Amino acid sequence: MKKVMMGNHALSYGAMLSRAQVIAAYPITPQTQVVELLSEMCADKTLNAKFIKVESEHSAMAACIGASITGARTFTATSAQGLALMHELLHWASGGRLPVVMGNINRSMAPGWSIWTDQNDSLSERDTGWMQFYCASNQEVLDTVIQAFKVSETLAIPSMVILDAFTLSHTYEVVDIPDKAKVDEYLPPFKPPYRLTPDDPHAFNGLTSPEHYFELRYKLQKDMEKVPALIEETGREYEKLFGRYLGLVDDYLCDDAEIILVTSGTAGYTARVAVDELRGSGVKAGNLRMKVFRPFPFEVVQRILKRAKKVAVVDRNISYGHHGIFAQEVKSALYGQAGDIPVFGFIAGLGGRDITPASFREVVDYTLSHDIPEDNILWIGVKK
Amino acid sequence: MKKEKKMTLTLPVEEYAGSGNLACQGCGAGLAMRYFLKAMGPRTVLCIPACCWAVIDGPYPHSSLSVPIYHCAFEAAASTATGVKAGLEMVGDDKTTVVAWAGDGGTFDIGLQALSGAAERNDDILYVCYDNEAYMNTGIQRSSATPYGAWTTTTPVKFFKNQPKKDINAIMAAHRIPYQATASISYPEDLFKKAKKAKGVKGTRFLHIYAPCPTGWKSRPEDAVKLGRMVIQNCIFPLYEIEYGEKYTLNIKVKDKKPINDYLKLQGRFRHLKPDDIQIMQEEVDRNWARLLKKCEAS
Repeated sequence: MKKVMMGNHALSYGAMLSRAQVIAAYPITPQTQVVELLSEMCADKTLNAKFIKVESEHSAMAACIGASITGARTFTATSAQGLALMHELLHWASGGRLPVVMGNINRSMAPGWSIWTDQNDSLSERDTGWMQFYCASNQEVLDTVIQAFKVSETLAIPSMVILDAFTLSHTYEVVDIPDKAKVDEYLPPFKPPYRLTPDDPHAFNGLTSPEHYFELRYKLQKDMEKVPALIEETGREYEKLFGRYLGLVDDYLCDDAEIILVTSGTAGYTARVAVDELRGSGVKAGNLRMKVFRPFPFEVVQRILKRAKKVAVVDRNISYGHHGIFAQEVKSALYGQAGDIPVFGFIAGLGGRDITPASFREVVDYTLSHDIPEDNILWIGVKK
Repeated sequence: MKKEKKMTLTLPVEEYAGSGNLACQGCGAGLAMRYFLKAMGPRTVLCIPACCWAVIDGPYPHSSLSVPIYHCAFEAAASTATGVKAGLEMVGDDKTTVVAWAGDGGTFDIGLQALSGAAERNDDILYVCYDNEAYMNTGIQRSSATPYGAWTTTTPVKFFKNQPKKDINAIMAAHRIPYQATASISYPEDLFKKAKKAKGVKGTRFLHIYAPCPTGWKSRPEDAVKLGRMVIQNCIFPLYEIEYGEKYTLNIKVKDKKPINDYLKLQGRFRHLKPDDIQIMQEEVDRNWARLLKKCEAS
């Protein structure tokens, strides 16, 4: 069934089709419609779940953690300040190996108060041990929630499904809603090997000496390393059932591209307008849209970018005192690869300033007219 | 013929708290857990945040309790327990009692928001605060449960705690939860009875257990039970129950109220106090006791 819906509702439908059993959430703009629709679905029994209306995002994640350890499938959604408030709990979820799935709407961090999009909220949680999926369409949001549950539960690692504030969260698109029975076939019920129950008593998360702690973290990393292959495998399985492949990246005209624009989120689609224009004027351009950021898909990024002569990364985020975060990571992925491809790092669109085809034209003009970047950060659209 | 007197056990013999745990000598928190679990029985799960009990139970991979434990974030005992209850019900277990078991710091201070949230929603959890009146696990720092006059490592004798203990029971009563009670490790039958009663009530239940801490109070381990008794008899920590925030029941009607001096003398944390300071404390105790009696009479 096809339905016109906003990005936020695509998250709700994803959680409903995945048969989330416990949802705990706290309202924050621009996330509210996600949980409003879910609370309606719980009320009218479209979804058989307990909806806990907690008093903070901190308690939202704590309740998800509590529910997840009992073996219930759990979902929440938040944004910006809410995600930052959850920070400690994000470690509890991943360190406790609980496959919670969370939607995060990319909203700029205060101060000053902003409700518009950039990625510093989710990228600040880069090292918490959560998988991060950056989506670019409402269809992708819905599909990715379902896939995220599957990958998360297989490897006992939580997932964040991320979409831009307003440019996706509040934008209406046609979304194909997968058949519930087929989703059940794709995503079987959650059956973890260990759970909190008096039938099989264990003490979880107790004081862990240096004798044991290190190995717990080693195992988390080793399982993270299994994620890229599992995403490709479950993405193909999804394609078989629903006709849409869900991969690590989404590459556009990259096969013969000499200049590749690396983007994430909705800006990826805008980049394609610039790519088409360049192709029209004879420049072999392509766009690599990073979908999975954690774990970083080194292999596929290296394979695609290696063929280019120049790489331009557009970041809607910044690591203060360093560079744009995707630029850093792309550079690290290309380190030691043959060819020494120059990576141009652009920062654009902080605080929700529009990233337009003109922004990408500027990116492309600079990249084409310079052999190497003059600076580590090239600013697009900033009033200096 | 004179009838033979037989000794009867007032508590079940079943033990859910084992030996070999890491409690200090004379630890009130250890006794609190032991008596509490006797009332709870095996179909219980505990959510324990950072507190002495996060350590007492034993390090990974050991546990001295025979019921399952989820060690959770410091400020999240209540919200984690709420999630556990919801999760268990969704996986088909509506029989298990879900307990949040936290110290005074995790209850009065950092965990208060989550506790208030759960209580306002009337989530079906039993929250127990074992109160040793300071951050003992981190090395005796003052909490808002520390009484007026006490020395701690962050309230040195020259600047001893200058504020009265927060009235957590009044805060919980303001949430109109179905059942709450105070208890002391020195009145195990009373503690047992209240835990049992709390177990049978649906909604948020709150137990506030007085748990002497010889290490932090600078008292003798063998005085722990004595202190837990004195504190009832001098009315510093009265034993009472509140239902729906309104119906107060006083469990031990102290007739011959003892002055607090003897109690203070047994604890090094009060050694620096001058008669005037003690007078301030005594007056506060008297005021609180009178207020409680009034509430009990009004119910």
